[in-house]
Amino acid sequence: MSDPAFFGNLAMFVLATFLGVELIGRVPPTLHTPLMSAANAVCGIVVIGAIIVAGGGNDWIARILGFAATALAMVNVVGGYAVTGRMLGMFRKDEKKKE
Amino acid sequence: MTEPTLLSTQTLLAYLVAAGFFIVGLKRLNSPATARLGNTISGIGMAIAVIATLLDKKVVTYGTIAAGLVVGGAVGLFMARRAKMTEMPQLVALLHGIGSLAALIVAGAEYIRVAQAHDQMALASGIATQVSIAIGGFTFSGSIIAFAKLHEIMTGKPILFPGMRFVTGLTLLGIIVFGYAQVHAFAAPLDVFYGAVGLSLLLGVLFVLPIGGADMPVVISVLNSSAGVAAAMVGFVIQNPILILSGSLIGSAGIILSQIMCRAMNRSLTNVLFSAFGTATAKSAKSSAGLTVKSITPEDAAMQLAYAQLVIVVPGYGLAVAQAQHLVRELGDLIEKRGGEVRYAVHPVAGRMPGHMNVVLAEANVAYDKLFEMEAINDEFDRADVALVVGANDVVNPAARTDPTSPIYGMPILNADHAKSCIVLKRGMSAGFAGIENELFYAGKTWMLFGDAKASLTKLVAEIKGIA
Repeated sequence: MSDPAFFGNLAMFVLATFLGVELIGRVPPTLHTPLMSAANAVCGIVVIGAIIVAGGGNDWIARILGFAATALAMVNVVGGYAVTGRMLGMFRKDEKKKE
Repeated sequence: MTEPTLLSTQTLLAYLVAAGFFIVGLKRLNSPATARLGNTISGIGMAIAVIATLLDKKVVTYGTIAAGLVVGGAVGLFMARRAKMTEMPQLVALLHGIGSLAALIVAGAEYIRVAQAHDQMALASGIATQVSIAIGGFTFSGSIIAFAKLHEIMTGKPILFPGMRFVTGLTLLGIIVFGYAQVHAFAAPLDVFYGAVGLSLLLGVLFVLPIGGADMPVVISVLNSSAGVAAAMVGFVIQNPILILSGSLIGSAGIILSQIMCRAMNRSLTNVLFSAFGTATAKSAKSSAGLTVKSITPEDAAMQLAYAQLVIVVPGYGLAVAQAQHLVRELGDLIEKRGGEVRYAVHPVAGRMPGHMNVVLAEANVAYDKLFEMEAINDEFDRADVALVVGANDVVNPAARTDPTSPIYGMPILNADHAKSCIVLKRGMSAGFAGIENELFYAGKTWMLFGDAKASLTKLVAEIKGIA
C-alpha cells in the first residue's frame, strides 16, 4: 500500500474536491443549469481512458469495449459542451437598464 | 503484478495544462457575462487532453478510436442541437448516464484485461476498480430512470413496493461482498465482475424509482456528483491523473448543488432521497372543505396587470410543461410598454433541475437581471401590485410558514401572498407535488385564472393589447 504514485493520486483527489467546492460555490443560481451541463461535459474526460483502451493494440474484446466507451464518452463531451454553449448564448442583459 | 505502462512526460504536462483550462473555465461560470468564454476555455482544455492522449506512445492503433470519436461526436452534437430548453433536465440526466456507462466500460475493460492475463491486482487498484464499477453502474441506471421519469416515458410519481428498502440494502451489501471477494482474491475473477455490474445497475434503479418528480433537482445533482466520482475512480484504475483531477472537481460540484437544493426545501439530503416524499397525500394538511376560490376572467386579470406598477411573475414547472415562456415574456413586454415594472421571482427548486427556470426564461429572451433569487425579491412582494403565479404551487404555499402539520412546513417560500393581488394561472384545483392544499388559492385577494397556461397567457396578451 505504500505506493507513492497511489498516494499522489489520492492527494490530488482530495485537493481537487476542495478546489471544486470553492469554484462551484461561487456560481450564481441563475447559471446552475449551464453549470451542471458544463460539469457534465468535463466528466466526459473519461474519453481519455476510452481512447487508451481502444488504441492499445489489444485483442478484439478490448477493441469493441474501447469503441463503445469512446463513442459514449464523446457523446458526453460534445453534447455537454455544445448544449452548454447554446444555453449560455441565450443569457442576455437588459439593454434598457443601461440608459 | 501488472503495472499499466506509464504515460509519457509530454502527455502528463499537456494534462496539467488541460486541468488549468478546466479550472479557469469553471471559475468563469461565476457570472453570465464571462460564462460563455469559460465554456470555450474548458472545451479547449478537453481538446488538449484528447490530442495529447492520441499522440501518446500508449496509443498504437487509430481506426477504432477514429470511429468512436466520429460516431460519438455526431450523436452528441445532434442531441445538443435538437433539445428544447424545457427538456434540459432530461438531457443532462441522459448525458450523466452515457458518461457513466463509458466510465463503467473503461473500468470493465481493464478488469477483463487483468482477468485474461491471469494477473494479480494490487490492493489499491482492486478497490478502485470495484468502486468504479459500483458508482459507474449505479449512476448509469439511475440516470436512465431519471431520464425516463423526466421525459415522461414512465410516471414521475414515486414508485415503491413492500420491502423495497430491504432489497436496496441487500443489493448494497451484495456489491460490498463482491468487491471484498475480488479484492481479497488479489485476482480478477470474471463471475465476480458480472455480479458486481448487475447489482450496481440494480442499485441505481432502486435508488431513483422511489423519488418523485419535484425532487428531481436533488436527484440530478447527486447523479452529477456520482458521475464525477466515477470518472475519478476510473482515473485510479488506469492511473491517469487528469481523470482523477477532473472527476473529483465535478464530484464536488454535484455535492454543492444538492446541498443548495435541500436547503431550499428545508429538508435533509437523506429525507429527500429516502422518504418517498409526495406519497403521503394530504393526511396532515388542512382540508379545503367549506372554502371557495374566486375565479377571474382574462379581461379582469388583464385590467389588473395593465394598470400595475410592479408585477412579480412566479414561474414554476407548469410554465415549462406548457412551453409558455415566450408568452410570459410577451406579456411582460406589454406591461413594461405601459409603464409598469416586471420582475421574476425564481425559487431555487422551481422546475426539475437547479436553474431550470432561468434557462427556460433566457430562451424567451428575458434578461437575466430581471430574474431574482428568493432572498433578493421576497421583500419586494409587499409593494407589488400583482403577483402572477404561472405553473407554480408548493413554492408559494403559505402553509410552509404557518402550519406545523404540513409536510412542507419550514420550507422557505416566495411571499406571493404579500402582494396586493395575486393571480394564479392553473389548470384546475389539483394539489401540487407535495399533495397538499394551497391556502393561497383560497385567500381573499387571490384570483384564479383556470385553463392551460399557454391558452390563458394568449388571452391575457390579447386583452392587454386591446386596452387603450
